[in-house]
Amino acid sequence: METSATLTQPVSARDHGEGPADAPLTLVEYGDYQCPYCGAAYPVVKRLQKRLQKKLRFVFRNFPLTQAHPYALIAAEAAEAAALQGKFWEMHDLLFEQQTAFNPDIILQWAERIGLGLERFQDDSKQGVVEKRIQEDRQSGIRSGVNGTPTFFINGTRYDGAADYASLLAALESELELRSA
Amino acid sequence: MTALKQGVQAPDFSLPATPDQKVSLSEFRGTPVVLVFYPADWSPVCSDQLSLYNELRPEFSEFEAQILGISVDGVWCHFAFGKDRKLHFPLLADFEPKGAVARQYGVYREREGESERALFVIDAEGVIRWSYVSPVGVNPGADGILKALEAMAKDEKAAGD
Repeated sequence: METSATLTQPVSARDHGEGPADAPLTLVEYGDYQCPYCGAAYPVVKRLQKRLQKKLRFVFRNFPLTQAHPYALIAAEAAEAAALQGKFWEMHDLLFEQQTAFNPDIILQWAERIGLGLERFQDDSKQGVVEKRIQEDRQSGIRSGVNGTPTFFINGTRYDGAADYASLLAALESELELRSA
Repeated sequence: MTALKQGVQAPDFSLPATPDQKVSLSEFRGTPVVLVFYPADWSPVCSDQLSLYNELRPEFSEFEAQILGISVDGVWCHFAFGKDRKLHFPLLADFEPKGAVARQYGVYREREGESERALFVIDAEGVIRWSYVSPVGVNPGADGILKALEAMAKDEKAAGD
């Protein structure tokens, strides 16, 4: 029987990544910007990045639970539209830092705040390329065994432990040991 | 107790889906059915297994597959839970006799008095084509289900050619 699920679509140049491409550890998160559990995971990931520095590459992919979260999709569109102007992480971070304040009317303010061209941003948000990207993430997530949000993959294997700092750090460090053995 | 395996005819059952409606497995003869046994309503995550399947309804409907959730919770509990999570598929109450259907499928946990987290994909003729019992703490996701539905669709197509 299968143990844990594996990533069907490896991390590549198409992905939004922070950290070196050749880092020994890659942490992929499939997330939903309106999900409180992803909101809780946001500072945890930041801490992990601070702790592991160049050993960690963090990748974010979309998995909006549109039935449960009415703003999840617009938030994802906003982040992907920001990406087209080179500011994915600024928008991603803002969305999670201000998660409870999020509503459709505030997006433009935030886009302005992070220095995006507003007309372009608005156009891009509704474009096929943004939709397509979110769909691709969703499909790769489904195939990879995403089972809720956030779902983490450590070096391609789904992480089934708790999403707190200590547990994730332990799992990452033991993966590191495994690879250097 | 072991879960029923592929090749076995799925036992028919009739369970309450709402306070005044019963649902039988045999009603769905002619389309694939995905039976989702789960321990209990109200697990404390917004993105639990059932919300995930709710999200993936478009993918399931490509195969015309009907999702049915089953736990030992009663109909009013299901009603409130389904409403809260905006679920668009029936939740069946394996309530009286407690766990009887879960037992028929080999997925009842006697000590806890709840069913396992188990999946059964049943074909249009009512035969189990895939089953999986997940470790209790792990949400199995949907990839296994979709793979099984795809395999079934391929077989049907091959048979038809």
